[in-house]
Amino acid sequence: MTTALIGGAIIGIAVSLMLVFNGRVTGISGIISGVLSPKKYDTSWRILFLLGLLSGGIVLRFIEPQAFQNESHNMSIYDYAFAGILVGFGTLLGNGCTSGHGVCGISRFSVRSILATIVFISFGILSVLIFKALRGGI
Amino acid sequence: MKGLISFAVGILFSLGLGLSGMTQTHVVKGFLDVFGDWNLNLIGVMVGAIAVHSIVYHIIKRKESPLLDSKFYLPTKKDLDWKLMTGAAIFGLGWGWAGICPGPGIVSLVSGDPNIIVFILSMVVSMFGFKFFEKKFLS
Repeated sequence: MTTALIGGAIIGIAVSLMLVFNGRVTGISGIISGVLSPKKYDTSWRILFLLGLLSGGIVLRFIEPQAFQNESHNMSIYDYAFAGILVGFGTLLGNGCTSGHGVCGISRFSVRSILATIVFISFGILSVLIFKALRGGI
Repeated sequence: MKGLISFAVGILFSLGLGLSGMTQTHVVKGFLDVFGDWNLNLIGVMVGAIAVHSIVYHIIKRKESPLLDSKFYLPTKKDLDWKLMTGAAIFGLGWGWAGICPGPGIVSLVSGDPNIIVFILSMVVSMFGFKFFEKKFLS
């Protein structure tokens, strides 16, 4: 729990810096969506943010290699494809994901985001339940 | 300068995700497995992030503008419509199915795991699909 709290606090600091300096919400799905339909003067910060995510990932490979060790062995490549399709469509239709609604929106006490977070966590629980029933494990 | 901040925020965000367990599919799925072997740890991520950011947000919102721009770019929608609910439900189903949301997905690309690459490609194709769907049916 402690490392999760520290990790969470780092995320809180990161999204706060984005707001205080750039005035932007750090919603990952929205940032990606903006890169996919680029507008003038509104794309470079998004690309740089995504490059930052990747650079952080490279740092993690050295300081926290277990971050990329997955022990969910019941998934095939088709499960990842299926999940990706749902995540892409759902986040754009619902205007946000874990970061935009779950962190930034809840911190603003946005009713939309609080509701969205309750809904996506509930359906996430349902999804794991269905997955386990079909595959026998997570 | 704004670009540099975005880049730095990306790095920090990524480290936070990696340290907290958000990039590990079994940790995320374990968090959503409330009727099974529930791994409560990830509550710490939300609590930590929201604790910090809610304080900063409520201080900074009194300012006219952020430090490097002329205005804040905050969501203005208020309606609790079918799109919000259906979108969140579809996203939740996908998130639970593989244990990956967009941020950790991008970060995990550096592992070179073909499963992650497939996840991100499907997500991007699906986002393009949504944009097409939106133009045809929602506008």
